Amino acid sequence: MTALDIAGLKVTIAGRDVLRGVDLRLEPGKVHGLAGESGSGKTMTGLAVLGLLPHGSRATGAIRLGGRDLLTLPPKELNKVRGGEVAMVFQDPATSLHPMLTVGRQLTEHMRHHLGLGKAEARARAVELLGKVRIPGAEEAYRRYPHQFSGGMRQRIAIAVALACSPKVLIADEPTTALDVTVQAGVLRLLRGLCDELGLAVLLVTHDLGVMSAVADEVSVMKDGLVVESGPRVQVLRTPEHPYTRSLLESLPDAEVR
Amino acid sequence: MKPDATRERTGPRVPPLARFLVRRVLLAVLMAWGITLVTFVLTNLVPGDPVAANLGQRALGDPAIVAQWRAEHGLDKPLWQQYVLHLQGLLHGDFGTSQQSHRPVADDLAEFVPATLELAGAAILVSLVLGVAFGVVAALRRDRLADHTLRVVSLIGISVPTFWLALMAFYVFFYRLQITPGSGRVDVALGMAPPVTGLQTVDALLAGRWDIFASAAGHLVTPALVLALYTIGLLTRFTRSAVLEVLGQDYVRAARAKGLPGRVILFRYVLRSALVPIITVAGLAFGSLLSGTVLVEAIFAWPGIGQYAYKSATTLDLPAVMGVGLVVGVVYLAINLVVDVLYGVIDPRVRLQ
Repeated sequence: MTALDIAGLKVTIAGRDVLRGVDLRLEPGKVHGLAGESGSGKTMTGLAVLGLLPHGSRATGAIRLGGRDLLTLPPKELNKVRGGEVAMVFQDPATSLHPMLTVGRQLTEHMRHHLGLGKAEARARAVELLGKVRIPGAEEAYRRYPHQFSGGMRQRIAIAVALACSPKVLIADEPTTALDVTVQAGVLRLLRGLCDELGLAVLLVTHDLGVMSAVADEVSVMKDGLVVESGPRVQVLRTPEHPYTRSLLESLPDAEVR
Repeated sequence: MKPDATRERTGPRVPPLARFLVRRVLLAVLMAWGITLVTFVLTNLVPGDPVAANLGQRALGDPAIVAQWRAEHGLDKPLWQQYVLHLQGLLHGDFGTSQQSHRPVADDLAEFVPATLELAGAAILVSLVLGVAFGVVAALRRDRLADHTLRVVSLIGISVPTFWLALMAFYVFFYRLQITPGSGRVDVALGMAPPVTGLQTVDALLAGRWDIFASAAGHLVTPALVLALYTIGLLTRFTRSAVLEVLGQDYVRAARAKGLPGRVILFRYVLRSALVPIITVAGLAFGSLLSGTVLVEAIFAWPGIGQYAYKSATTLDLPAVMGVGLVVGVVYLAINLVVDVLYGVIDPRVRLQ
């Protein structure tokens, strides 16, 4: 069963080919790691799914979600998918949460919009979510502002925000890159756990093969707008076929992967 | 020693916003006192003899009359005593007596200040609404026709001098086209509404006199717009750049990824952040708008504090000049206080330190 099927995705921004035919399949309950160097198109692939590509870009191909093609969906329908069925966690939780809105507001606003929940219902669910992502003192945290939390806590809150409407697909764009090494593992374990528990299809975009080997079930490697290698983690990381994957692995300090 | 940490814990629990407010208000009071000092010193430093400006040639020739006049107005005492007396008077609401009108300056101010407040208030309101709206539209329609049009309009607003604009508006709309009423605050034939607030439009509404309200509002439109045009232009430019900057922030993209409707993103996410730089500029712009009232009031014969200031200054009516300086200074302070408080209201990071 496929949750999200990206087929032949091409993106041009201002005449430049950023993606040149990307194929990816995300399955429920599985973490699909997307690796590659900066500028290889990993992030653009994630943004294309939600129709958040920068101004002046054109996307062709297909992004299928439950029988619909997200690329041809009318804006109103696409807005229902965003946050509702496909959610996203961004790289830097210091900038991806609004500094002037309470955690509670940012957790409940899209729930109320997409799911039509009342204030009290949304609040109860938000507090439950905060507990689920292991924020201590969830009731208290609900009323506080993002700057009153540490980076790791903020990313957990951002994950709670992403999960609020029970999406089927979660796109995590370098979710641990901006965090201290000491809290990275905790956030990754949380993502892995939520994926298993909720049957989420996760697209984990990262340039860090160490992160990849820790949580991914499937791994795809991108270079210059193309997926050059794709397969189960063990296969891709232990017996890489493509020379680029090999050079990526060789550039790592030893024994970190596997 | 860690005084901050311990004081935080043992001190009484005051809500952050209240503590923030108290601090700002105390600071404002201190600055108000500073304004009295500055207005007093400046008015006394001005070259020019109030005696010569107020007495006729014959009287000036008689030392006895000059001495008596000086004693009458307290000018024979040392400067520091004059200041102490001035301050004492202020605390009792006594701004001194105008040497021209022979009335208490407080009475003069009470008569002229509301007229200016009505004019400047209307101009501020108009420039806030139009300036922010134009700026948002320009940002959202970046590099399209609306943006280019608004850029031209705001540049005109910023660069055209107020006095010229006032003259042209008066000439074109009143004299040539005859679509706006002439000078003054209301039609003379109608008379004024019974004074309650001193603001004609409000007083007319309170008295239920729709005819006076219509006339007062009609008289207000042209001078207020003329006065507002510079601020509209300035706010349009600043709002545009502030909104564009916020539109590029991660949290706006995150809000889009949440599937929130466009208007929610605009008002809740974008405008809220953009307001911080906007109110900073607005506060400064309103200060310069006040100085514009002197010119606009002169051209539209608006009986406000600008005209009063002009007359007092040219006759070296020192108590009146000090009174005007004080009022304008306090209005500046009030605007700054409002801006400071708004920072705290808009941005939790300011009040939760």
